[in-house]
Amino acid sequence: MNFNSELMKKLSDCFSPSGREKNMREMIINEIKTYTDEIKVDALGNVIARKKGNGKKILFSAHMDQIGLIITHVDDKGILRFSNVGGIDPKNLAGLRMVFGNGLEGVVCSEEIKDGEKIAMSSLFIDVASTSKEFVRNNFKAGDMCIFKTEYYETENCVICRAADDRTGCYILIEALKNQPATDNDVYYVFSVQEEVGPIGAKTAGYRINPDLAIALDVTATGDSEDGIKMDVKLGEGAAVKLMDKSLITHPQIKDLLTQLAVENNIKYQYEVLEFGGTDAGAIHLLREGVPSGVISIPTRNLHSSGEIFSKSDVLECIKLVQEVAAK
Amino acid sequence: MFLKELTELSGVSGYEYEVRNYIKSKLDEIGCEYKVDKLGNVIAHNKGKKNKKIMLAAHMDEVGLIVSHIDSNGFIKFQPVGGVDQRILNSKSVLIGENKIPGVIGSKAIHLMSAKERGKSIPIDKLYIDIGTYSKKETEELVSIGDYVVFKSSYVEFGEGLIKAKALDDRAGCSVLLDLLSMKLDVDFYGVFTVMEEVGSRGAQVAAYGLEPDYAIVLEGTVCVHMPGVKENSMVTLIGRGAALSLMDSSTVYDIDEVRKVENIAEKYGISYQFRTSTSGGNDAGAIHKTKEGSKAVAISLPCRYIHSPVSVASKNDYDNVVRLIKAVISENQKGE
Repeated sequence: MNFNSELMKKLSDCFSPSGREKNMREMIINEIKTYTDEIKVDALGNVIARKKGNGKKILFSAHMDQIGLIITHVDDKGILRFSNVGGIDPKNLAGLRMVFGNGLEGVVCSEEIKDGEKIAMSSLFIDVASTSKEFVRNNFKAGDMCIFKTEYYETENCVICRAADDRTGCYILIEALKNQPATDNDVYYVFSVQEEVGPIGAKTAGYRINPDLAIALDVTATGDSEDGIKMDVKLGEGAAVKLMDKSLITHPQIKDLLTQLAVENNIKYQYEVLEFGGTDAGAIHLLREGVPSGVISIPTRNLHSSGEIFSKSDVLECIKLVQEVAAK
Repeated sequence: MFLKELTELSGVSGYEYEVRNYIKSKLDEIGCEYKVDKLGNVIAHNKGKKNKKIMLAAHMDEVGLIVSHIDSNGFIKFQPVGGVDQRILNSKSVLIGENKIPGVIGSKAIHLMSAKERGKSIPIDKLYIDIGTYSKKETEELVSIGDYVVFKSSYVEFGEGLIKAKALDDRAGCSVLLDLLSMKLDVDFYGVFTVMEEVGSRGAQVAAYGLEPDYAIVLEGTVCVHMPGVKENSMVTLIGRGAALSLMDSSTVYDIDEVRKVENIAEKYGISYQFRTSTSGGNDAGAIHKTKEGSKAVAISLPCRYIHSPVSVASKNDYDNVVRLIKAVISENQKGE
């Protein structure tokens, strides 16, 4: 299987901050509908795609949402105040271009910050570049969200884009679903909402499905950059099998299953221990009477920024591992 | 409006029985069917035209204190229950336990404070309640470890249609809910008076688990920093500007389509409304919307200045707008799509 740049770009370019996943939902349903036996959208907006079988009930989950900003106040001058949606550090925001659901743009500006003062979200604002009250009033409302404006870019083996977290996971599930090997298993592919503010969507989707085991597909940090994160995961070293993060200690059976499948099928893999963060699996493994859960992670540098970096070959290894789990 | 009676009752989280008993008696008067669940939530059912299962939730509990220690001289030490602001505790009159033993919260006199101490609020572990006794034994005859403490503060109307009371968060919601149930509307909804919101929406979680609503409206008293020295975009809500709609808070990203529907209904009926301009804080919606298979939720609140204090302030006009808006929203929702 080759890396489908066109699909990855389409996913990354899609506007889908937490709670506003409509575009992403439509794009994914459109992409997978001819390959599934059933697609449901639940009350919170999760896409639950199923390939029916009489065997084990397996849940795969990747989240459709991305971090962004929510407008809390709009004034006549076109100055927009905002809060963060998901984990965004205010000190990384000033100067960034942002794009809204309607395609209009703005730039993050800062009030005067005195020497030694910390930048708070409340001292930042978005200027939407207009001297017309009408234009501002007609186009921007409290409750609107915006995301980083970033152009998708590729090198021979890596990608820089926004929302690799978790469009890579969505990409992997789409490709794995389209090419699922024949199996008796009852396989659910969940494209969840509101992971970045929760996880919320995975909780309700997982409750509905009540699976025998669950695997989340999500990004993880790496230790191969100069950003000070100390961990063993590296770009290009294959699918990362999560052992632990703040929300989950991977079930031993899942760890063994993923390791065994990777070894047997020559899938390049590495183990991951993450000292921060969580994924959909954190919510799912505690549902009802408990669900053995794990995560296949995509090593990603510069997380939660406007330019996240991942390796194409790692993504392809993740797809193979998902396919093997689905058919096991 | 039942605000005077409701705000003068005691109901610290986990000990909501006075509020519950009052609500039950009102529901009996109204002739509304209800049950009380294992954690103490009151779940009333207003039967009528139905398109979906609607849950309205208002919490009965308020923030307060709990007695944790009685010292050898009979002074009472305490711990906070819910988000209590320690800066406001000193020099307040309080009522302790079922028998409402009066007391005052004291600290050492300003004469004895060091320059450093004078500029700071007094931490909770340096405060105590004085109930006018001289010994541990005397205090123990009146107060036990574990007794709940509320502020002593009566309901007062003042200024231009404003009210001052304790516990407007969320007796305001309870009062709105009783108003709606009293109307005997031909609109189906469950009116849930929840317990233990202030310590993490515990009541709402189990109530939603039992009810499995399709749509929930949380009725709240919410933050309002409409006061001197604050920029308008940081005021969260404004007194007198109408019902406050939530877009996002620490527990919920509200379903934007449902929020916009509420907004359109407010416009259609000429009801004053505003948006909360902050995303901090949380309420029962957080627990309700992610229970079981999930539901859509919105929050409609009454702006309250000095919230969580004995002198919370709200506007009767805002209150009327909250009642009218929720009535319109549930009626429109049960009309069918």
